[in-house]
Amino acid sequence: MKTLLDKINDTVREIGPGLILIFVIEIVFFSLTSEYFFGWGNFKNIFRASTIIGIMALGQTIVIISGGFDLSVGAVSAATGMAAAWMLQQGYGFITAVMTAIIIGGIIGVGNGAITGYGRINPLITTLGMMSIVRGLGFIISGGYDIAISNKTFLRMGSGQVFNIPYVAIILVFLFVAVGITIPKFSFGRYMYAIGSNERACVLAGVRVNRWKLVFYGTCGALAGLAGAITSARVGVGAPQINMGVELGVITAVILGGTALTGGKGRIVGTFLGLFIVSTMSNGLVMLSVPTFYKYVATGSLLLIAVFYDEWRRSHFAKR
Amino acid sequence: MLLKLNNISKSFGPVTALEDVSLELNDNECLGLLGDNGAGKSTLLKVLSGVYKADSGTTYMNDKEVDFTDPLLAREAGIEMIYQDLALADELQADANIFLGREQKNNSFGIFKTLDKKKMQDEATKVLATLGSELDSSRVVNVMSGGERQLVAVARALQFNPTILLMDEPTAALSAEKASHLNNLIISLKKKNLGIILVSHRFSDIFAVCDRIVVLNGGKIADEFLVTEGSFEELSTRVLKIMAGH
Repeated sequence: MKTLLDKINDTVREIGPGLILIFVIEIVFFSLTSEYFFGWGNFKNIFRASTIIGIMALGQTIVIISGGFDLSVGAVSAATGMAAAWMLQQGYGFITAVMTAIIIGGIIGVGNGAITGYGRINPLITTLGMMSIVRGLGFIISGGYDIAISNKTFLRMGSGQVFNIPYVAIILVFLFVAVGITIPKFSFGRYMYAIGSNERACVLAGVRVNRWKLVFYGTCGALAGLAGAITSARVGVGAPQINMGVELGVITAVILGGTALTGGKGRIVGTFLGLFIVSTMSNGLVMLSVPTFYKYVATGSLLLIAVFYDEWRRSHFAKR
Repeated sequence: MLLKLNNISKSFGPVTALEDVSLELNDNECLGLLGDNGAGKSTLLKVLSGVYKADSGTTYMNDKEVDFTDPLLAREAGIEMIYQDLALADELQADANIFLGREQKNNSFGIFKTLDKKKMQDEATKVLATLGSELDSSRVVNVMSGGERQLVAVARALQFNPTILLMDEPTAALSAEKASHLNNLIISLKKKNLGIILVSHRFSDIFAVCDRIVVLNGGKIADEFLVTEGSFEELSTRVLKIMAGH
């Protein structure tokens, strides 16, 4: 059996030491170029900004490792954030509102899994369609208006803190640790890697592949639902246009973290690191007063670099 | 009798892959399936392993009628198959591949059943050892050689003590030396009360390990004989004539 040290070595090798180096360089660079960057106050900002993308990236990692893809997470988070806001407006409590968001997200995710698995439709097309449907329905049902939130407990989830640590940071770390620890222990994790590695082999071995796809996409949807509730808690409204284009950051974090686009390979801890590379860069550029649009250019460039790196690494290992 | 097929037919749209195929397999017997590309050999194995459902016909295992609609049902009944491409999940370790679909679990996580990795690794090492290999079962399959991957596929088929082993072109990707090793392995497996059906394009492999040969042509059984009925040259010529349509 592998020791803890072996496992750490495996993890560092798989996510790539280059990724850790990039993160350190970012921290050093922005610390030297901006006097406001290095400090707990700003790190809390980075954590807050990371939470929404991070929770969605966690679900996306599960789906991509299993050989899928989910472009609908941003739209799902907007719809579920609105659902949570509506529930609160109707007088329901904090827990009910958050659970509603998670359940609706999960149901949409299961729909994605059913179309992709049983319908044998390419996941890019399935989730692109679902993204448009869900986003459109959000605008239709709300009439384009925001739903204001006044529930203080709910709002505290987005902006409150305990021992100077934002609640959202605790939620983010808890989710990554919980998923990271449980994945290797259960069939969920084993089949996630196996199906992404060779779906046909799993079918021939008797694995219920399509049922597992429902679980993977459902989990991704449920996490997008939670991210939607947290987004609404942060901005104080449920709105149909929130998290538009968030997929870019989500997918960049996942691929940068070493998850192979072809499936079968990836680490939760890698996504966590990829997430903070994206968020730190975004925050650092703001600290340097770089105009917002440059942030898109930088994130897009990071995504392309990550994909090139992923491709290079796979061909490099294939030659060995 | 271990296995009996009665009038098995299978079509894919207008293409008839199998037509009224009937055959039998006995304990400790290796049955070779020969035929040209498209003769129906692989389709027949896939019907037996539950990948395809036959359009008509009946299958008996130990004189009991069976109907496998799913590979898992066939595996549970004791039928294992080694596929031509080995059907391994490349990013997984050897032990994970050997137990794929039938993972060992324990209750170390409260009420939730967790994977018993230690047990699976130990058992995988044991089954690999019975094949004469000291392969590290915790190694990821995609860094293994063709021969090692083949061993993992064979180990997976043997792990759950099958009664029938189906092998589809098992030597196709192997060197002559490795193919010879596998042939010896098949001969030793026959002694373990297994019934084996072997599909191969290599006549020498088939004649080296099989007791009886069935020749398929156009989805039908065209000939059937014991390997003791003639010399390798005579029987090869007999098969080639059928494949050439004479």
